[in-house]
Amino acid sequence: MSLLELGDVHIAYGNVKAVKGIDLVVNDGEIVTLLGANGAGKTTTLRAISGLLRLQSGVIRFGEHELQAMPAHKIVELGICHVPEGRRVFGTLTVEENLNLGAYKYRNDSGRVQLGRERVYQLFPRLEERQRQLAGTLSGGEQQMLAIGRGLMSDPRVLLLDEPSLGLAPKLVQEIFRTICEINRQGVTILLVEQNARIALRVAERAYVLETGRIALSGESLELRRDPRVQQAYLGVKEAAGLS
Amino acid sequence: MAGRVERANSASRLGTPLPLVGSYLSKWGLPVIIGIGIIFPHVAGNYWIDVAVFWGIYVLLGLSLNIIVGEVGLFNMGHSAFFAIGAYTTAILSERFGVSLWLLLPLSGLAAGVAGYILAKPIIHLRGDYLLIVTIGLNEIIRITLLNNPLGLTGGPNGIIMLDQFRIFGHAIERPMDFYYLVWAFVAITVFVLIRIQRSRIGRCWNYVREDEIAAQAMGIDTRWAKLIAFTLGAAIAGATGTVFAAKLVVISPESFTFMESVILFCIVILGGMGSIPGVILGSAGMMVLPELLRNFAQFRMLFFGLALVLMMIFRPQGLWPSRRWTTILREGEGE
Repeated sequence: MSLLELGDVHIAYGNVKAVKGIDLVVNDGEIVTLLGANGAGKTTTLRAISGLLRLQSGVIRFGEHELQAMPAHKIVELGICHVPEGRRVFGTLTVEENLNLGAYKYRNDSGRVQLGRERVYQLFPRLEERQRQLAGTLSGGEQQMLAIGRGLMSDPRVLLLDEPSLGLAPKLVQEIFRTICEINRQGVTILLVEQNARIALRVAERAYVLETGRIALSGESLELRRDPRVQQAYLGVKEAAGLS
Repeated sequence: MAGRVERANSASRLGTPLPLVGSYLSKWGLPVIIGIGIIFPHVAGNYWIDVAVFWGIYVLLGLSLNIIVGEVGLFNMGHSAFFAIGAYTTAILSERFGVSLWLLLPLSGLAAGVAGYILAKPIIHLRGDYLLIVTIGLNEIIRITLLNNPLGLTGGPNGIIMLDQFRIFGHAIERPMDFYYLVWAFVAITVFVLIRIQRSRIGRCWNYVREDEIAAQAMGIDTRWAKLIAFTLGAAIAGATGTVFAAKLVVISPESFTFMESVILFCIVILGGMGSIPGVILGSAGMMVLPELLRNFAQFRMLFFGLALVLMMIFRPQGLWPSRRWTTILREGEGE
């Protein structure tokens, strides 16, 4: 059953239409990925779900709630958390302080915050080692871990991840994605935006491919991985089916 | 609060940058400064006492603007509008209805706070320079409204003469020395309250909004609400300061609340260091006391300010006395 559902969503920046009618479904417990080139509207879609952008028209349904007119902080309280692109951790705060901020929703329940931190440290032992360090002094990979951990502190049902592999070494990308799968196993539904289609299609059950604001393709990851169009455009496979 | 304790415990960290406010003023610094402050009017002439009074008034205004510009990072270059609303509220209510100034102090604060809330509400979502331009517009609208003597209330360009003074047990506060103590007592109270706010949850929210609004929003902070609170509180403090200003100046006229005045307040915050309370005190000293020293070059005053700002941005963009709130708290918690 669908947990998060987008119906005919249109989003524009001024006169420029970024998203032109997207329908998208994320089922409870899934990992779904949104693929596409630069400017396809992936980040825009995520931002609209988390209330950082307003829709021009369309509906976003989360359970029995409609999100399109809701302010961002209410959406976090409902259980959707957005881990923004480029990590955006607070460099002048320590790792632990960053995590505490993520639990803003539980600001009157320090026991809950403590539990959340323990969960994050279990997923990312590196963060526990560095809990007193300023977030600005962490490596890129560690900052990404912190950004994801901070997002988990609000104990979301749906985690929106925007480009978690951005600017990371291949080995770290592997590590981050392993943890993303682990988070999913703990019962968190994940909507993943990625440029690295190869790894995204490996972890996700289903995928949507966006092209200039429209959904060009969608389906099971396995099928899409075999689809010649996807292979040629996103997986860098040169001798696609048509040539052989 | 659990959060505070944890932060205080997380002592060892990398990259502790510049020296801290707390460590300078810790043991003996603060008593010495207070001592000098108490003795000062007994040794200085009336002229310098008056300079110190205006310095104090500008510290209050700077602190109020610092909440908006420094803590939350909202560029407000129309702050003297709220100051004007407070001063005019005081002058009108005092002259027409003989309301006591002690009562007018919170009343003017309330009036300016409400005005701040109403004016900021439709524009608070604007970013950076856009907000700045709108606030300049607000400043001019308020000033020109006052000039036009609406309903015969404001006295137009001549302003209002307000004869009442603060009274303590029937003793009117008129002499510069009395005023000096009054103003700096207000400064002390305001600083105390603002330090408490800085370390509170809303204070931290403000800083998150300033550092990264998107991330703050994504973490579930109602950024609009946080910004509105800051704007309202800043306007309210400026309004209350308007009462003190009216009592000191006696004549309240629109020319005291020009755009230039807002620019000076803005410079105080930027010069001193955004979000830094001692920075504001230092910054207003720079903007108020130095021009007095350079009286002979008065016509070049704005030139000096411009130059000072340019040099600051190049060599010390963090301000004269940058805020180091986190590190200050951390240092206190050292020794585990």
